[in-house]
Amino acid sequence: MKADLSNPVLMKEIKLRFRSPKSFVGILFYLASMSLFVIGFFYLMTQDGSSGGYLDPGQSYMLFTMLTYIQLVLVLFITPGLTAGSISSEREKQTLNMLLTTSQTSFQIIVGKLLSSIAFLVLMLVSSLPLYSIVFLYGGVSPKQLLLLMFYFLLTTVAIGSLGVMFSTLIRKTIISMIATYGSVLALLSVTGFLSIFFASLSQGSASPAAHLFAAINPAVLTASLLAADSGNLLREMTGLGWPIWIIYLLFYLAVTAAAVFVSVKSLRVNMARGK
Amino acid sequence: MIETRNLTKSYGSFRALHDLNLEVGEGSVFGFVGANGAGKSTTFSILATLLPPTSGDAFVGGYSVRTSPAEVRRLIGYMPDFFGVYDQLKTEEYLDFYAASYGISAGSRKTLIGQLLELVNLSEKRDAYVDSLSRGMKQRLCLARSLIHDPKVLILDEPASGLDPRARVEMREIMKRLKDMDKTILISSHILPELAEMCDEIGVIDRGRLLARQSVREIHSMMKGDRVIVVKLNGPAAAAAGFFEERPFVSALIRDDEAGEVAFSFSGSQQDQEELLAAAAASPLGIRSFSEEETDLEDVFLSLTKGGGA
Repeated sequence: MKADLSNPVLMKEIKLRFRSPKSFVGILFYLASMSLFVIGFFYLMTQDGSSGGYLDPGQSYMLFTMLTYIQLVLVLFITPGLTAGSISSEREKQTLNMLLTTSQTSFQIIVGKLLSSIAFLVLMLVSSLPLYSIVFLYGGVSPKQLLLLMFYFLLTTVAIGSLGVMFSTLIRKTIISMIATYGSVLALLSVTGFLSIFFASLSQGSASPAAHLFAAINPAVLTASLLAADSGNLLREMTGLGWPIWIIYLLFYLAVTAAAVFVSVKSLRVNMARGK
Repeated sequence: MIETRNLTKSYGSFRALHDLNLEVGEGSVFGFVGANGAGKSTTFSILATLLPPTSGDAFVGGYSVRTSPAEVRRLIGYMPDFFGVYDQLKTEEYLDFYAASYGISAGSRKTLIGQLLELVNLSEKRDAYVDSLSRGMKQRLCLARSLIHDPKVLILDEPASGLDPRARVEMREIMKRLKDMDKTILISSHILPELAEMCDEIGVIDRGRLLARQSVREIHSMMKGDRVIVVKLNGPAAAAAGFFEERPFVSALIRDDEAGEVAFSFSGSQQDQEELLAAAAASPLGIRSFSEEETDLEDVFLSLTKGGGA
């Protein structure tokens, strides 16, 4: 446990990442874009004069929903970029062999790489919380809802990050690893949605577990269900099943994380006993 | 300390390493000489637990690379032929990262890093970014990195490769210091005379096969079969030339009247050579000196690997 807490790769990666001006420029650009969006939203909603310069709870919730989808896009499209080169770039920079001959375990190296990438994304998410919190001024959103969404983002980030690290370990070239990771994200977003609709249409009104399961692992569907409680009813009508989708989502993405980390750890170092 | 038993590595039908049998004793320095693609780096990669052998096994400190790679890693300090550095780290931070990677406590790292930087003559670059170091400095830093956990065995793949003459001299000096520290060192190089200077033994590898594994002197004798003897004279060279030409095992005699010396190839044994010297000394030729000329190790290497694409 002590070794995990003082993970050298994690410390080194955090140092390197936060020393780079690119990281700060990235956060600055993200927060500036979010701020412009919030200001623009306020301007559009309050310009008719009837609002008295305030958002009503419905508008406040709309802002919250939009910000949540922006954050989702951030999680889905920045995480692969942060993780898909974690091991392959070490290989390309010819630093991997030296790292692999140290006493660090493969698990330490993989977890260090994963956590350092996630730490940066978590910083981006946390730094946007003050902007998010504006909605509390006008009501319509509970802090519990916000915390739930943050946990959901974290889980999704860890799962996609693990996939990125796994592809980076398995594939020698960073560019190919990036393509594979982005491809997986797109598959989770679009292919699961398509399959869910496909199986639901096949069942013709009867219960369709496949349609329900594919819908449950789609990040956009879970986001919708967290933002609008009645979206669960829509899914129930479509698939004929009422299984809580957040449990399926949680179990699926935990399994994805565990499997991806396992494969990464097993493939990082060659099996010396293999004799191939 | 290092042992390989019938170590073989194949890539499809290409055999990069062919039944390599090698033993390197504790505290000795073994030089690996071979052309590019001869199998040096393959051997080193297997010993560093980065490449699984196809058959056979390798042992470091009694641990098999096949069954106990983690124990082997603790015993070795490995410096690859090509390596990169983390550009945005300072020299001290770079070494600190590797020290932490070997589980060295934070409290003892600072002193250790100071000592290592001193050993490789980089003390004044402690706060410099690794990116700003010259090639030679990076090589020395990488060497310091490989020493960070005080390994018993050093596996150094062409540590002087690509360095300018001054940097090579510095690297050679460091190697001598490491030798004095009783490290078991396995080193490869294309700079053959440098290897000859620092190694106890040299192995010549070509196309995956170990052609010779002996001391530098033994390799000279074995390969040449005959030696070049230079005799300097007080008297006329012509008389000496006549004297030596009539002796057994002497051939290819060259006479230099101006310098007053003769040189010839001698294919006899060491005892034959001593008898020749005694006969020459007893003659009225006026022998000023009688010496065996050192042949260049490169000649030996080229002889051994001729046709090997060196």
